[in-house]
Amino acid sequence: MTAPPRVGDRGIQTAISSATATASTTRRGPSGSRIASWLIFILAMLYFFLPLVATLEFSLRAKPFGAAYTNTLKDPQFFASLGYSFVVGLITIITSTLIIVPTAYWVRLRLPRLRPIVEFVTLMPFVIPPVILAFGLIRSFSKGFLPLAGSQRGSDVLLVAAYTILSFPYMYRAVDTGLRTIDVRSLTEAGHSLGAGTLRILWSVIFPNLRVAILSGAFLTLAIVIGEFTLALYLARPAFGPYLQHLGQNASYEPAAVSLISFGLTWIAMAFIALLGRTSRGAGGRVEVGGAR
Amino acid sequence: MTAQTAEIVEPGTPSARPARRAFNWSFLGVLPFFVFTALFMLFPIGFLVIGSFKDSNAGDAFTLKNYSDLTTTQVARAFGNSIEISLVTAIAGAILGLLLAYAVILGGLPKFLRTFVMTFSGVASNFAGIPLALAFIFTVGNLGLLTVWLKSIFHVDLVNDLGFKILSKLGIEIVYLYFQLPLMVLIIAPAIDGLRKEWREASENMGATPAQYWRYVALPILLPSILGCSVLLFGNSFGAQATAYQLTSGQVPIATLLIGAQISGDVLHNPGLGYAMAMGMVVIMGFAILMYSILQRRSERWLR
Repeated sequence: MTAPPRVGDRGIQTAISSATATASTTRRGPSGSRIASWLIFILAMLYFFLPLVATLEFSLRAKPFGAAYTNTLKDPQFFASLGYSFVVGLITIITSTLIIVPTAYWVRLRLPRLRPIVEFVTLMPFVIPPVILAFGLIRSFSKGFLPLAGSQRGSDVLLVAAYTILSFPYMYRAVDTGLRTIDVRSLTEAGHSLGAGTLRILWSVIFPNLRVAILSGAFLTLAIVIGEFTLALYLARPAFGPYLQHLGQNASYEPAAVSLISFGLTWIAMAFIALLGRTSRGAGGRVEVGGAR
Repeated sequence: MTAQTAEIVEPGTPSARPARRAFNWSFLGVLPFFVFTALFMLFPIGFLVIGSFKDSNAGDAFTLKNYSDLTTTQVARAFGNSIEISLVTAIAGAILGLLLAYAVILGGLPKFLRTFVMTFSGVASNFAGIPLALAFIFTVGNLGLLTVWLKSIFHVDLVNDLGFKILSKLGIEIVYLYFQLPLMVLIIAPAIDGLRKEWREASENMGATPAQYWRYVALPILLPSILGCSVLLFGNSFGAQATAYQLTSGQVPIATLLIGAQISGDVLHNPGLGYAMAMGMVVIMGFAILMYSILQRRSERWLR
């Protein structure tokens, strides 16, 4: 009686609880709280699914049936903007990977003292809202030594740069967790003794070992970039976010269709991340939160 | 970028290299990262910082006036609205998210519901911006599904009888909860997972009621986590722009929208004030993130 029951030892637990006076309360407790749990769950699901159902219903109000979707698929702007965001997303992922992987590798292997600084810098995008980053980029790059904001191509560069900055927290976290699960030091020493240079080791040993971690960071980055609106708007880029905003003001049913498609894309990206997290540990299986609000 | 340097050091005779060279070389490995962040993050933000101390009406002389001008009606109202909306959605999101997370983790619901809610939260916390605003317009807007249902079934007019407008602070708050609540579920889940069964059993064995267990055991342990997560939610909502942009078309002045308007055309009629406003936002966000990390560290003491 006096010994506390041990975890996992169900036999002892039930024996004790049925023997003690608190047995009835413990048994009634869970069932009462279970009803409350169901209630909370159902209310939450109503709140979460009602807007989705409403969007679907709204998109189906268009006549003839499904016109909102066929019109969307016939709209060249839809594919152009989605394609633009997709390409920007891919370039962002490549840039971010090429910067973050060597950095995380070097910090882990040779410069552990820099870790707090690097972590701090990668987390700074959380402190700087996208609208402020857009503000700073536009003002500081409109004239002076690098007038990128003045040209179309230059604005593309700024957009990719901004998205790369936004991706750092997720990329760094994913890659750093990935590095923790492999023996970086031994792999590097093995590579050196086989005569490989550091770059070769990074490319043929570290990158392949981090594939899953990089991919999970990449999908999240892609989801963020495709849903992003603020930076694309102020840099005047023909991206998916501004397209949807514009559509929302000028069409009635099509925005509902495109919103659902956008939700579906987020869902696919998250499903991939969840899948990657399941197949390997250290891939950052915890789904992270993006910055497209 | 690091290619040549890596080649130089590598071949053959590493022992012959002086120590100073080796240090320089390893620093070069992280150089691209620091150059990139300096160019595209620190430089632009530094530009705003410097601009916030310049008096644009007096030949860019040093001034603190931009900061004292933050109290002018237009700016103060935008900050006030932003802070109010962020506080409300952070507190409501934290409480509701905690309830939902607790319900699916320890509430005795089937296991698959937990997996479902966690995955869904990952998606929903990323489902924000324009599509989210549109989805709510289709739900509780003038022609929204819920509005139409309530009218036809209960003969209640959401807009005219109840005075609900999506173009209001309440409207924004209800929409923001859509990403605040799932975010809370995601970030509080590890803390709830960390509540050990032994603690509950021990307190029950000593005759504690569930209320006492919560009051004296669970809540004190969870409190740093809950507070930390609430602060993070505050920042999350404070920096949001796209959702409000679509929802209100600028009719409810909040800080991010005012900054946006300042980017497109100097609506404050003072560039320096715009920069000072941006700095004010960064300071508030920085404070929120700092509090979050401090509280998070505190909560780790108990959990695992």
